[in-house]
Order: sequence, then structure tokens, then C-alpha cells
Amino acid sequence: MRGVMKPRFSLRDVDWLLLSTALALAVIGIVEIYSTTSHTLLVGQYRKQIDWVVLGALLALVFSQVDYHFILDHVTGLYIFMLAGLLALLLVAHPVDGARRWVSIGGLTFQVSEMGKLVVILAVGAYFSRRRPKSVTLKDLLILGLLAGVPAGLVILEPDLGTALTFFPAIVAGIYLTGIRLRQLGLVVLIAALMVPAGWQFLRPYQRQRLVSFIHPAEGTRGNGYQVTQSKIAIGSGGFWGKGLGNGTQSRLGFIPVSHADFIFAAFAEEQGFAGTFVVLLLYSILLIRLLDSAQLAGDRAGLFLVAGLTSVLFFQVAVNVAMMIGFMPITGIPLPLMSQGGSSVLFTFIGLGLAMSVRKRRFVN
Amino acid sequence: MAARFPEEPRLPAWKIPLLQYLIAAILLILLIGYWRLQITEHQKYLEESQRNRIRELPVVAPRGRILDRYGRVLVDNTPAFSVLLSRDTPLKLTPARIAGIARGLGLDPADLQQELNHAAALPGFQPVVIKKQASMQDVAFVESHRVEYPELDLIQVQQRFYPKHDVAASLLGYVGDVSEDIIAKYGARYHPGDVAGKSGIEREYNSVLSGIDGMRRVVVNSRGQEMGSLATTPSTPGHDLRLTIDLNLQLTAAQALGDKAGAVVALDPRNGQVLTMVSHPSFDPNDFAGHIDPEQWKSLTSDPEKPLMNKAIQAQLAPGSIFKIVTATAALETGTVKPNFTVYCPGYVNIYGHTFHDWSWEEHRRGHGVVDLHRAIVISCDVYFFTLGKMLGIDKIAYFAKQLGLGSRTGVDLPGEEPGLVPTPDWVEKYFRHKWYAGETISVAIGQGAVAVTPLQIAYMVSGVASGGTFHRPHLTFRNELAALGLDPPAAAPRKLRLSPSTVNCVTGGMWGVVNEPGGTGGLARVAGLQISGKTGTAQVVSEAFYHAGHKGNFKDDAWFVGYSPPENPEIVVCALVMHGGFSSAAVPIVAQVIKAYFEEKGQRTPPQNPPATQAITMARPLAPAHNVQRGE
Repeated sequence: MRGVMKPRFSLRDVDWLLLSTALALAVIGIVEIYSTTSHTLLVGQYRKQIDWVVLGALLALVFSQVDYHFILDHVTGLYIFMLAGLLALLLVAHPVDGARRWVSIGGLTFQVSEMGKLVVILAVGAYFSRRRPKSVTLKDLLILGLLAGVPAGLVILEPDLGTALTFFPAIVAGIYLTGIRLRQLGLVVLIAALMVPAGWQFLRPYQRQRLVSFIHPAEGTRGNGYQVTQSKIAIGSGGFWGKGLGNGTQSRLGFIPVSHADFIFAAFAEEQGFAGTFVVLLLYSILLIRLLDSAQLAGDRAGLFLVAGLTSVLFFQVAVNVAMMIGFMPITGIPLPLMSQGGSSVLFTFIGLGLAMSVRKRRFVN
Repeated sequence: MAARFPEEPRLPAWKIPLLQYLIAAILLILLIGYWRLQITEHQKYLEESQRNRIRELPVVAPRGRILDRYGRVLVDNTPAFSVLLSRDTPLKLTPARIAGIARGLGLDPADLQQELNHAAALPGFQPVVIKKQASMQDVAFVESHRVEYPELDLIQVQQRFYPKHDVAASLLGYVGDVSEDIIAKYGARYHPGDVAGKSGIEREYNSVLSGIDGMRRVVVNSRGQEMGSLATTPSTPGHDLRLTIDLNLQLTAAQALGDKAGAVVALDPRNGQVLTMVSHPSFDPNDFAGHIDPEQWKSLTSDPEKPLMNKAIQAQLAPGSIFKIVTATAALETGTVKPNFTVYCPGYVNIYGHTFHDWSWEEHRRGHGVVDLHRAIVISCDVYFFTLGKMLGIDKIAYFAKQLGLGSRTGVDLPGEEPGLVPTPDWVEKYFRHKWYAGETISVAIGQGAVAVTPLQIAYMVSGVASGGTFHRPHLTFRNELAALGLDPPAAAPRKLRLSPSTVNCVTGGMWGVVNEPGGTGGLARVAGLQISGKTGTAQVVSEAFYHAGHKGNFKDDAWFVGYSPPENPEIVVCALVMHGGFSSAAVPIVAQVIKAYFEEKGQRTPPQNPPATQAITMARPLAPAHNVQRGE
């Protein structure tokens, strides 16, 4: 139980570049949430988002002072707690919009799967750091698959396919960093390939439709082809400088669905144009590359896998979200980290960043 | 730390940087994707976003009203809703959607589909009118299904309203959807769903009456709800059009004609203004204002009495004895006979080896005795005019018939006027490929045979003769008002026919006698305090032999009467036609009532005037009882 908390808090220990980049993205998100909801019933959402971001940033500072080994030591408990939470959600929670994703604690709604995301990163990181294999074995693959697959299965049942998918990038990152034999890699690819038709059976009609409309985007129905079409119109009509804050007709007139949440980047691109798109993607690449720097500098494998896992999940979400806005990917319910409206996502992203800062802080231990 | 993980394997130094490059590369690829949309294809998407949110809704211009000569409203507009369907929404109009819309609006899905197929060639931003005269249920359906059917919209339109319903319907005409060929021809001016005059005045003066639609550009949200208006191009209403028709006379004439099939035309012979034009049976043009139901249309078009036909200008029938005005004029003008030429009428005459019977013989088995021209007109002696016909020959009769305006259109400003027919040997050879039978001339001389006229032509002819040879083209509108609207109406100058005053006096004197002398066939036209002249006509629809053979169908004779007042410098000429009226007496009172109403409205009764100078004055005797008026002349 060493070093749970360093005796003194030093400003020099905080990764200011990382934190300010994250905060910049969060502020951009808040402004865009305000712009797309100010005329709707969701008018107060941006205030809640401010609260979450402030809370998130503070927690990031707190967790940067926590020794990540302490967290990793307790990962088993966290993991069981998460599984219990997901199960309880399925059993007792009242569906909201047909899905059981939220649990209400003292008036605040809380998305358990967002916590799951972080816990799976920690669990996978802990597994890799403890096993220390020279290359990933079949047994490793099986355990890792279960580690992420069990909570992912529960999340799919909510149903929330998008979030469930975010449980796996950390494993991919871990395998990449550890190394894998060609045979095992072939097996992973094979299993993944087999999952496609098997998974199709488990998909809900709306999820199947999303995939179909990704392959045939011209279907002008009100479904997902419609969403992508409208999203592309929003982005394309923004031009270089954008239509200006609050002038995005596509988002304000309701052509873009949930323009404050999953589709926030389309709304942003409409109002701020390519210039804005460029800035935001630049900020994300700074954030992600900086995180990987921390991973490179990590004092031990635990820190390395933790940060790499976190980075891979964040990157996965950014890339998929940004890509699906322009039809490069099928529509899945994946929020844009830090920008999309949603307290749980913001909170756990910041906590993750806090842990990454903690890893960076302890880089010179050896 | 080292103690915690003693066998820490070393991480190859390239792995993390490779990931960093990978991340940068993927984000760069995505940035290029955004570049393509936001820079390369910006214009295309900008237009799409504009189309998304902006809808162009027509602001329908009200058509001009149609007024009578005193400004009384004959045709008006009434507000109504039309249902529009926008085709440029991102929603695909699947058969299921179309069926849903059709069900909600009470339309036939196949019809709606067909309508949309027709509209496929039109620009996508132009909405299609799919239902006119929308009921409250239709309006409620559209309003409550904004989410399901955001492509539906309501617009307010000014629908045509005919407050007098079937009175003057065939004269005023009706409106209907602009046909596709008209849209193709005039392009931007018309949109599908626009209305245009289809018949009558509505058609003839469509360009005056129809306004120019405006446009409203509105912002709509993804549910099709209007969020605001961007710009409005106001509509230009159509011009009101004043007709020469006198609504009072029109109503009087319609009432006098009652439920009998026929027509009544009243002209002002001093200028050619049409005061009244009634045709019966009629229809209610309001039925056409929205969407006419096919059954109703079928019943209107298949009715043997042809309610859609304007019989005043389209019924081409034998005029019977009214034609004697032509024969008499021809005989006098050519100097063939003098007015004092007498013929003995035993009730029949044998000409060219064929016996022609006088109507008097058919009725009473006796003749008229010795008659001169004046008396022959008054009592409508057939034998006298058979004799004149033989003396004149067909060419002279036909020449004067044409000079008096028969056999060609009067040029009234209405669509579909028929020319009638004045038969000539050339015509017979051309169409029937046989020689002219001399006997046909004898029939033509009394207005039978192939000769055919319209009621308007008769009114026009008598206008010209009674005014001494001045023929004003009949018309329904005021020339100066049309000119003010930028139209170029035909010249106002009348056609002058050189008729000797003695001819005019003899013929008009005869017509005075028809009404006012004992034995005159038009005695029923007498109105206390008014001087009315006229001429009766009873035209066989089929030959006597055919009629008596008992064939089925309505073969009763057509009844005609044309009357005018006052006898000199007449102000009004009225022609009444009662189809299958049997006796001319069916038509005479109608004319009398219209003339009476005219002078009552004028507020002054013309004092009794002297009849034309050459005639001896016979004082008007009491009204002849109806049974004294004989069938046929």
C-alpha cells in the first residue's frame, strides 16, 4: 500500500498539455451543445455539461495524484462491482427510450457502461502487466476475450452495441504491444470473422438496418441512411469557415439527430466549417499522441498497458464517431469523447486521463 | 518498482511511435474526407441544405370576378384549402406512403400515383396539388400527421364560386386544372394544380381573369413544420371583368324558359351588346371548382340534352318561318316582287310536280286566300313564300341569308360558336355528291331543309334588319375596358348592309303586324304599354310523314320567336328558342317577358309609337287567347 497519495501536490507534476487539450475539447463541446440546444427543450443541457466537465477535471487532478498501482491492485473488486452493476441494470432499471443504460443515483443519472469502459481498460492492463507473456497465447486470448466479452455481452443486452465495441480496443492494443504469433493472430481474425454472421443474428432490427444503410446509403428512408445523408449535408454545407455559431440550419431545424450528443461533430462542422474540423482533429491528435508519449515513458508495464489501453479506446471512439459522420463507418451509438453531451462519458474520460497523468508522473521510478 | 515486476520484458522502441504515426495518419485520412465534403463538394451540400429547409409554397392569385353590366357579381371567389405534396423531402414516396396519404385524404391511391407520375417531369421543388376543396377532415389529417407525412402542406386558395349556380353557366363557363399541354406551352406562368377557364367567358377571357401566383419561401424543420418565412412574392390578382349581361334580364329569361330545353338571347341592336344569354338545361359550375367527380362528369357529357352546350351559340337548327325575313328581303331587294305582289293561297301549291302544303292546310284544311307580302309575313303564309322561293332561286336566297349574317359565326366573344348553315348547290355537291334539287329551294324559302341557324344569329339578323342594315357584332364585354387591360378587341364599327328603306319598312312592318295585327302569329307577345315587333318560327325536326308514322323520341317541332322593341330604332332584340316546344307560342311569351323586364328596369316605358310609315295602323286588339295561335307556320 505504498504511495497511495504523494505527501505533497505539485503543479509541476500535472500534465498541463494533456489537461488543457482535453479541456479545450470539452469547452468546444459545451459551446456546441449550447448552440444546438438553446432553442429546444434541452436548453439547460450545456450547464449540466459544464458541471460534469469541472467535476471531471478536478477528478483528473485527484487521480493524477493517486498511484495507479493502487487502482490496479483493486481492479478485481472494481470489475466485480461493474458486472454486478450491469446485471442489476438489466434486471431492475426502467428502460429509457427502449434501452436500460442508465441508473439513477440521487437524482443523477449514471451510465454504468461508461464506467465499464474504464474498468475493462484497467482489467486488461492489469492482466497484461501481471502475465508478462513474451507473446500472447491461446489461453491469454481466451481470458482476455472473456474479460471484455462478458461485460460487453451485458451491454449489448441493454442494448448498446456502440459502447460494447469500445471494450475491445484495449485488448487489441495490448496484443500489439506484447506481440503475437502468426497462428494466434490468424485465430483472432478467424474468430472475429465468425462473429460477423453470428453477431448478425443477435443484432436488433435497427442495428441491422444501420449496417444495411451503411452499405446502401442512398436509401432515403427516415432511418440511418437518412441520418448519414443529413449529417453529410450538414458537414458539407459548412464550407471552409462554417455557417457561424447558432446558424447551423441542419442541426437547429432538427435534420441532424441528437446533434448535441452522438452527432455533435456534424453540428460543429456545419457551424465552424473545415477550419473548426481541422482544429478539433488537431486537438485530438495532440491528446492521443501525448497519451502515447506517456505510455512510452511509463515506468512499468502496468503504466504502459493502462495508458495504451486508454488511448486505444479513446482513439477508437474518436475515429469511429468522426468517420461515421461522413459515412466512412456505419452508424453506431458511440459518443465523441469529451465533446458529446453526457456526464458519465465525460467523467470517466477525465478519470482515465487523470490515471494517465499519474502514470506520466511516476515515469522516473526506475 | 523493479522488485514488483522483476522480469519486466523490454518493449521494442518502435511500437509506440508507430502507433502515434498510425493515429496521425488515420486522423489525416478523416480530415481529407471532411475536406472533400466541406471544400470540394461544398456547393452541392450547401444547396441540399437550402432545399432541405426551404420550401416554396405558391401564393395562389385570386381570379378576377365576373360582373354584370351594373356591377352585380356573377362569379366570385371563396376561400378554400388545397393539400400540397412536396416531392423534394428526403423521404421516398413508397407505394405504402402514397397509399397512406390517399387513405387519409380519401383519394384513390391509383389516381394519386398517376398524378405523381405525371408530375415526375416537373422540377422537384414544385409541390403538387393533390387535393382541392380540402374538407375539415383533410385539414385535420394533414395537421395531425406532420411527423408521419412531413411532405404534406396546406395552402389557402381562392376557389371559384358561382353564386347564381346554373343561371348563365354555359355563358360564364367553368374552370378546371390547367392541362399539361398548356403548362408545356406557357411554361412558368402556370403550375400544376392551377386553374384556367375551360369554357365560356372563363376561357375566352382567361388571360384577363387569371392572376399571377406569388411565392412564399418558408423555412421548415425536419418535420415539415413551418419555422418562419424568408421572402414573399405577392400574388397579382386577376382583373375583374364586366359583362354587358344584365343579371335581371338573365334571371327573367331563365325563369321564363323554365325547365324547357332551349335558349334565350337578348341583344342591344344599337351596339351589339349581349344583354342576356340563357341556355337550358344547364349545370352548376361550382361542381367543377374543386375536383369534379367522374360520375358527375359522365352524366353531364352523356345527357342527350347536352347541358354543357351553350345552345344560344351552339344549337344549329332550322329556323322555320323566321327565315321568311330573309326570303322577303331577297325578293324586295332584287326587285323580284313589289310589296303589293299578291298570291292566292288555297292551302297548298304545286311546284316542280310536287305539292307543298301550307301549315294552315295541315292545321285547318284551308288556305289563307289572297295575301300580299305584308300579310304573308303577319300570318306566315307558306304558299306565298314557296312562290317567292321559286321566283328567286337558291342562289339569291343564299346570298341574302349570308348578307343578313346566317351561315357564318357572328364573332361573339365566346369560344365554340357554331356557324350554322346556309345550303347552296355547291355545298350539296361537295358534301352529298348530288345535284341540287329545285324542290329544296322551296323548303329553304320557309326556313326548312338544310338551313340551320343559332339563336344568336337570329337575334343578330333581326338586329341588323330592324336597324335598317346596321349589324353590330354581338359581344359580351366593353371594348374600352378591354383596351384598358391591354387587350385589342375587334373594331367597334358595325357592318353596313345597303338595304333600301322600303324593303326595311316592308319587312319590319310585317313583323309589327305579326304581334299586333289580327291573325298575326305572335299575338302572345303583346305587352300593354309596349310596342313589340317580331317573327315566329316553328321548325320541323323531322318530316311530317316521319312524325306521323309514330316513331319514338321527341320529334316535336322547335319553337322560335324573335321580337324587338320599340319598332323603330329598337333598343332590344330577343330571340327565344324552345326545343321541341311544339308551337311557336311556346317561345313568344318568353320574349315578351324579357322585353317587359328590360323596359321596367330602364324605369321608363316607351310610349306607343307609330308603326313604320308605309303601313296602315291597326290598333292593338286584346291579347289573343292561346288556343287561337295555330301550330306551325
